[in-house]
Amino acid sequence: MEWLTVFFSDLQSSYPALWHGFSITLKVLVFATVGGILIGTLLALMRLSSIKIFNLFAQSYINLFRSIPLLLVLMWFYFAVPFIYTGITGKYLSIDTALVSSIVAFMLFEAAYFAEIVRAGIQSIPKGQSAAAAALGMSYSQSMRFIILPQAFRKMTPLLLQQSIILFQDSTMVYAIGLLDFFRTTYVRGDLMALLTQYILFAGLVYFSFSLLATFLVKKLQQRLRV
Amino acid sequence: MNYSWNWGVLWQATGVADTTYLDWLITGLGWLFVIAVVAWSIALVLGSVLGIMRTLPSQTARAIGTGYVTLFRNVPLLIQLFIWFYVVPNFLPTALQNWWINDLGANTTALISASVGLGLFTAARVCEQVRTGIEAIPRGQINAGYAMGFSTFQLYRYIILPQSFRMILPPLSSELTNCVKNTSIASLVGVAEIISQMKTISEYTQNTIEIYTYVTLVFIVINVCLIQGMNLLEKRLRIPGLMTGGSK
Repeated sequence: MEWLTVFFSDLQSSYPALWHGFSITLKVLVFATVGGILIGTLLALMRLSSIKIFNLFAQSYINLFRSIPLLLVLMWFYFAVPFIYTGITGKYLSIDTALVSSIVAFMLFEAAYFAEIVRAGIQSIPKGQSAAAAALGMSYSQSMRFIILPQAFRKMTPLLLQQSIILFQDSTMVYAIGLLDFFRTTYVRGDLMALLTQYILFAGLVYFSFSLLATFLVKKLQQRLRV
Repeated sequence: MNYSWNWGVLWQATGVADTTYLDWLITGLGWLFVIAVVAWSIALVLGSVLGIMRTLPSQTARAIGTGYVTLFRNVPLLIQLFIWFYVVPNFLPTALQNWWINDLGANTTALISASVGLGLFTAARVCEQVRTGIEAIPRGQINAGYAMGFSTFQLYRYIILPQSFRMILPPLSSELTNCVKNTSIASLVGVAEIISQMKTISEYTQNTIEIYTYVTLVFIVINVCLIQGMNLLEKRLRIPGLMTGGSK
């Protein structure tokens, strides 16, 4: 058990760095989930719209992002965000490129997945509801805002949360662009202190516990929300 | 913006032996397929076995299946691959460890860890699909099977599995495309598959946009081919009278 005690004594000094890494993971998770759901809802509305061009755009967007790996998307944005910024403003980026580009990448990537969930949610609301709203003289945006979306979101909250658990796990992939999130911090520390085995297992345990807990809570919520 | 475009970058000589960058990309694509095929074979076999176990009457079999799925679905794939690559070899017996580290090259060990890791990860997902497929079979069929004197083995072999595997083809095909996309993560443990070739080429040539675009196109083409292939298979294997309207 010596390898465990060595690890725990090292953990005491690496604790602040790990905590900082964890806050980065949370930042990515929260921004990407909120932004992803907003963009995803917009995409879903476009996908269901009767205007051809909107429909086509949303469909190609979703298909494109669903057919390429997340890793590739992350690398694209890591490269493209500063490139485009410099192209437009002529200045170099002074912000944390890895963090910003990974948040943007996750937002746009997950939006494609959230869009499919939202679309299914909207389609699960009976046609009669929107017909009734129209009969009451509501405009399209009013019926969406007051009738359809509140019901749809209630139904799909568990699915959206499940997707954000997947997002939480996938956020480890920012490893590839060098962002020091929780996992990369543990890896770097482990590599540095020759405690790689312990640190990787520790990271796995942390992600496992959080995902398991979140899954359990989502299941509870699902039972609560069941009509 | 001083970016020099060069869409012909793939046909340039690399300066290493007699190769062009296209050759490098094709090598990467080859490794992608190797990992995908190995991982998918593991996933399909192990996933089916575990999925069946989760529906058996035996409590132990169910518990093993459930435990496996819980473990492998709640640890991020990247960490799983790192565990197979960095951690597991430390716990091997000394003789095996020597062979693994000294006799096998770094590329081979990375390739094996990545394929096996991805396979075991995907198996948990396949397992859930198989279980759903089996549970979708009406209870009456199972009772009828038992009433006719089928053993549990015969019941699965002749009644349940032929139906449920055909029913779960659509979700399985989306797992297959996920599995192929996830091979890209193998680049992070050092397999020279298409993403890491892409990085190398972009560092050599500085034609990042072009090479990224080509690789993106490769993934789109692979995805379209897989989806078309699976659609064809679904049509072939459709259960008459069920799933009318085909694949949509």
